[in-house]
Amino acid sequence: MSTHENGREITFGEAIKEALMEEMHRDSHVFIIGEDVAAAGTVFKVLTGLLDEFGPERVIDSPISEAGITGIGVGAAVTGMRPVVDIMFGDFTTLAMDQMVNQAAKTHYMSGGKLRVPMVIRTTMGAGRRSAAQHSQSLHAWYSHVPGLKVAIPSTPYDAKGLMKTAIREDNPVVIVEDKMMYSLKGIVPSEEYTIPLGVADVKRVGEDITLVATSQMVHLALEASQKLAALGISAEVVDPRTTFPLDKQALVNSVKKTSRAIVIDQGYQRYGVTGEIASVIADGAFYYLDAPVKRIGAMDVPIPFSPILEDLTIPSVPDIVEMAKTLCGRY
Amino acid sequence: MSQDETGISQLDLTELEETTLDHWLNTYRQMIKIRLFEEKTNELYTSAKMPGLAHLYIGEEAVAVGVCEALRQDDYITSTHRGHGHCLAKGAKLDKMFSELLGKVDGYCRGKGGSMHIADQDTGNLGANGIVGGSAGIATGAALSIKMRASDQVAVCFFGDGALGQGLFYESMNMAQLWNLPVIYVCENNLYGEYTPTEKSTSGNRLARAEAFGMDNVEISGQDVRLVYQTVKRLVERARAGEGPAFLLCHTYRFRGHHVGDIDRPYRSREEEEKWQTENDPLKILSDWLVSDKMVEPDLFSQIEEEVRAEVEVAVTFALDASFPDEMEVDAHVYA
Ligand SMILES: Cc1ncc(C[n+]2csc(CCOP(=O)(O)OP(=O)(O)O)c2C)c(N)n1
Ligand SMILES: [Mg+2]
Repeated sequence: MSTHENGREITFGEAIKEALMEEMHRDSHVFIIGEDVAAAGTVFKVLTGLLDEFGPERVIDSPISEAGITGIGVGAAVTGMRPVVDIMFGDFTTLAMDQMVNQAAKTHYMSGGKLRVPMVIRTTMGAGRRSAAQHSQSLHAWYSHVPGLKVAIPSTPYDAKGLMKTAIREDNPVVIVEDKMMYSLKGIVPSEEYTIPLGVADVKRVGEDITLVATSQMVHLALEASQKLAALGISAEVVDPRTTFPLDKQALVNSVKKTSRAIVIDQGYQRYGVTGEIASVIADGAFYYLDAPVKRIGAMDVPIPFSPILEDLTIPSVPDIVEMAKTLCGRY
Repeated sequence: MSQDETGISQLDLTELEETTLDHWLNTYRQMIKIRLFEEKTNELYTSAKMPGLAHLYIGEEAVAVGVCEALRQDDYITSTHRGHGHCLAKGAKLDKMFSELLGKVDGYCRGKGGSMHIADQDTGNLGANGIVGGSAGIATGAALSIKMRASDQVAVCFFGDGALGQGLFYESMNMAQLWNLPVIYVCENNLYGEYTPTEKSTSGNRLARAEAFGMDNVEISGQDVRLVYQTVKRLVERARAGEGPAFLLCHTYRFRGHHVGDIDRPYRSREEEEKWQTENDPLKILSDWLVSDKMVEPDLFSQIEEEVRAEVEVAVTFALDASFPDEMEVDAHVYA
């Protein structure tokens, strides 16, 4: 478990900005391009101040051209730059899919290892903002499906900063998916420089009776559920993979070998998604240790509705997790 | 440069006075290299020695060669599914080209790219592309990178008339003009996209597309390599001097089918094909001029042809003898 008491308390959004600031100071090849990233500092106000620090040559406001800027990122990356392409809403990565899937992800392989695409695509995920079906999806399973891409989905300011810095230094295209509901979430972030490797899970809470594998904002739901379960005498361990690819299979399996039960919680659509993949990894690696089937909680398989009363039904919730954990632990 | 009554730019020989005979003979050699490479590729296909398909560039050689002769080695190009000509014109070697087409480890991409994905950063080739219009962003990004690195390179984006249907293309042109990037978009209008005539897929005026962005634009015959070279030289000079992007529309024709397996070609007439092949063969246009105006002996062309033919033979033998990649390679290079 990463403990970092020494540091300052900053928000998730500030952590992202710090990572970009530091990396842009460290390496003049790093630049950011996207819609309203410069003067506006993104629609989520996450990058305010970056323009003043680095100027419009390195903090570039682009036209509304998701495919175009992603392609530009690939071209800049193969010719020596380290672009960070900002796609405002994860829902809009669908417009950039050819450039992500057919260009960025495959260029290194198709060139027999000659060309490299050191680029970051930062985008958002997460429902609950009453933004309806085209501004609320969590599509990280799509990116994780494609060989050639790496995918990070941080859950805390500490992880967000460390993973973003690593992603920028990577020689591969990395998609960083930030839950837009977490930008004002606070956490301790060290004042000193640090990075977090891709592919290393983090145990966010140690427990004995059940493993809650949770990603991004779902980590906080799992932690809250763990408190409630503790009151019932159930000790839950919360494991955050932090990156869906590379996936730290060993950490997931080790935890379940200890607890013998697992629920996987993720905010992507449940079908054909991250929960299915991780559940199969656990079932495969910890089969003889399991006391119950591996269960999954994803977003409901419907377009995300606008009306709050409906939207909330589609997102995994703390009571969902508590109830399922109780069932798996034989407490009805 | 002057224009005819339709607005198509014409050759101005006075501009080319300083270009040496050696240059033109090398240009001829480059064009015939592409032609013979493609003929051999077709042979590899019909004799079942080549896996998959290939899109031949025969008939369009003057575009690739005219453009690339106006570029430096460190300038960038992005290419298309019909990319062999671009790769060779930019300096690719015959043996590594054939090896790639045959899926051999000695190919430009260790056999992992194949005909549609040849890339070679040593000659500035950022890659052919299997997605129609897919490289418009990449070329534009290379140009942005050139500007950010304060280099004086230039990027050229080759694409077919069919790519005019792709949105990415317009997104990229918009940004190139907005940010004054050193990129030249070269449209190879060979009158067809697969089996559909371009007038059935593309409305309105092609040049007006560039015009709408305020982008410098020129329309030429892509069959006269002198004209292509002359035009691109000027556009490259502009781009290098920081004067921004350009759009070049080249009228050309693929003498063969859409790909090596397209032999019936019911979508166009034999008369049309013959007219282009006899009246508009880029190799003949250049050699006729060299004979009439530069006093070159006609024999010299057959001599060059034989030399290149021998090089092609050596290269294809090399490729046929080369090894396939080790099975261990299958999951190498997924990540850097
Ligand atoms: C995005 C995409 N759509 C469709 C195809 C299938 N396809 C391959 S070549 C081609 C025609 C392209 O025409 P054009 O751009 O004029 O190039 P040409 O083949 O004439 O050189 C098509 C439709 C493709 N490769 N990529
Ligand atoms: Mg065409």
